[in-house]
Amino acid sequence: MSELRDLYQEVILDHAKRPRNFGRPERFDHEAHGHNPLCGDKVDIFVILGEGGTVEDVRFEGRGCAISMASASLMTELLKGKTETEARTLFEHFHEMVTHEAGGDALPDAAPDDLERLEVLAGVRQFPMRVKCATLPWHTFNAALASERADGVTTE
Amino acid sequence: MNAIPERRADVNFYDVEAIRRDFPILSRTVHGKPLVFLDSAASAQKPQAVIDAVTSCYAEEYANIHRGVYFLSQLATEKFEGARKKVQRFLNAGEVREIVFTRSATEAINLVAASYGRKFLKRGDEVLLSEIEHHSNIVPWQMLRDEIGIELKVAPVDERGALRMDRFRALLTERTKLVAVTQMSNALGTVLPVVEMARLAHEAGARVLIDGCQAVPHMPVDVRAIDADFYVFSGHKLYGPSGIGVLYGKAELLEAMPPYQGGGDMIVSVSFEKSDYAPIPHKFEAGTPHIAGAIGLGAAIDYVTAIGLHRISNHEHALTTYATERLMGIDGVTLVGTAPGKGSILSFTVEGVHPHDVGTILDHHGIAVRAGHHCAQPVMDRFQVPATVRASLGMYNTEGEVDALAAALRKVREIFA
Ligand SMILES: Cc1ncc(COP(=O)(O)O)c(C=O)c1O
Repeated sequence: MSELRDLYQEVILDHAKRPRNFGRPERFDHEAHGHNPLCGDKVDIFVILGEGGTVEDVRFEGRGCAISMASASLMTELLKGKTETEARTLFEHFHEMVTHEAGGDALPDAAPDDLERLEVLAGVRQFPMRVKCATLPWHTFNAALASERADGVTTE
Repeated sequence: MNAIPERRADVNFYDVEAIRRDFPILSRTVHGKPLVFLDSAASAQKPQAVIDAVTSCYAEEYANIHRGVYFLSQLATEKFEGARKKVQRFLNAGEVREIVFTRSATEAINLVAASYGRKFLKRGDEVLLSEIEHHSNIVPWQMLRDEIGIELKVAPVDERGALRMDRFRALLTERTKLVAVTQMSNALGTVLPVVEMARLAHEAGARVLIDGCQAVPHMPVDVRAIDADFYVFSGHKLYGPSGIGVLYGKAELLEAMPPYQGGGDMIVSVSFEKSDYAPIPHKFEAGTPHIAGAIGLGAAIDYVTAIGLHRISNHEHALTTYATERLMGIDGVTLVGTAPGKGSILSFTVEGVHPHDVGTILDHHGIAVRAGHHCAQPVMDRFQVPATVRASLGMYNTEGEVDALAAALRKVREIFA
């Protein structure tokens, strides 16, 4: 049962019920649609880039389980202000965290505060079927960055 | 199981505890809790009799079939063909050659679409499905549509999940050449009135394929009483092995159909100019089949028929009624699919909690349920839910297990309160 409490911590339930940065912004530079056909989780990620390619804002829309929604919500909070490289590094750490007991040592450094905040999702490690729920928003964010710039959006 | 045949006369006798003892897996624990297996609609657990049949096939009686002149091959062939005979009796098919072994129900439907469909259907012909079909009875017809230009029509269900017979009748026209429908929905439990549907279809000049995957484990089936032209099911949902399925087809249809796959076992003679095909059913069984699977399926059929499909059906209906009451008594739980006379499947949502979270929490209580779209996305769309939780009850489930489900669902509500 304690594993269950690790998975469904207050923070997660809170993010799932009141997701931050939820909703499609009026303008954005990149977007991607993520879908996990196995469980039907769907998430759309919208990215607005600022000076020098940093993430000025990132928002999401979607529906799915508490894990995927909380992960998306947390992710949007953490990615604001990050460079693309920092964002990818953070995902690598996160991926390591949700798939392996110890880990991340071989990866480039990431801000300890960010890692600590992501720690609430580390419980999915015990639930291999749910790892994809946690990583879907991150994969979708990567796909968004890799996508063509969204149409009709003016950039400098 | 031993005690049951003696009491065969008493239709009300059902010793679920004795039945449970026949299924070794039911005594294991999951996450430290006794296993409560409520996912038999996805695949059922296996009784010792089936496990033994498969084991003894490999341990004592195994060789390739239909080939060897030696003793073991002959023995294996007899067992394999004996299993076919059991399937024939189980479905009350007129002739044993009307039973084709396939890999699964999915393959059986694909066989009909590829062989019967390509030969006998043409551009503009209509295939009529129901809205509650499993993907395996949708996609093969779409592939055929894209290939030869048939049209697909879909008879809808009402808000309880029962088929709209008025719409079914209206969609049945002289253009309808095939009606392909499930006998029982895996997502909702709805049982379709297939006898009447087949009669109407035949009056309209259409052939009828029935997907019996969910029906055969739960009720006596008689393909001649239904007057099905084709009837398919999978062994693994009938307490038998996976990797073995059945296509029943009326002999005159199977005979008129071209082979599905080419290879060994489906021919009588081959030269590089020409091959002569074997008679049915072997024409449709190219290559070495799942020998132990067929034998295991035969053992599963023996097992359920010894207990009696009527008895199993009565037990499951009583349990479904009980479970329905228990679930409806939980705040925030909504049943999806409440058609009258439905089978032992309870699809539901829990307010404010995604089905996958429900599934994970139940799993931690040792309870195995399915959470998702159940390979029936059109059903989810119809009821405007992304997914449901599905508890499906089998011959070995008990009221105690339903109580465990209800208790765990209250926990789900607490965690997400
Ligand atoms: C109604 C129905 N039809 C067809 C199938 C497909 O069965 P299989 O995967 O064994 O081919 C299933 C299995 O889920 C089913 O429930």
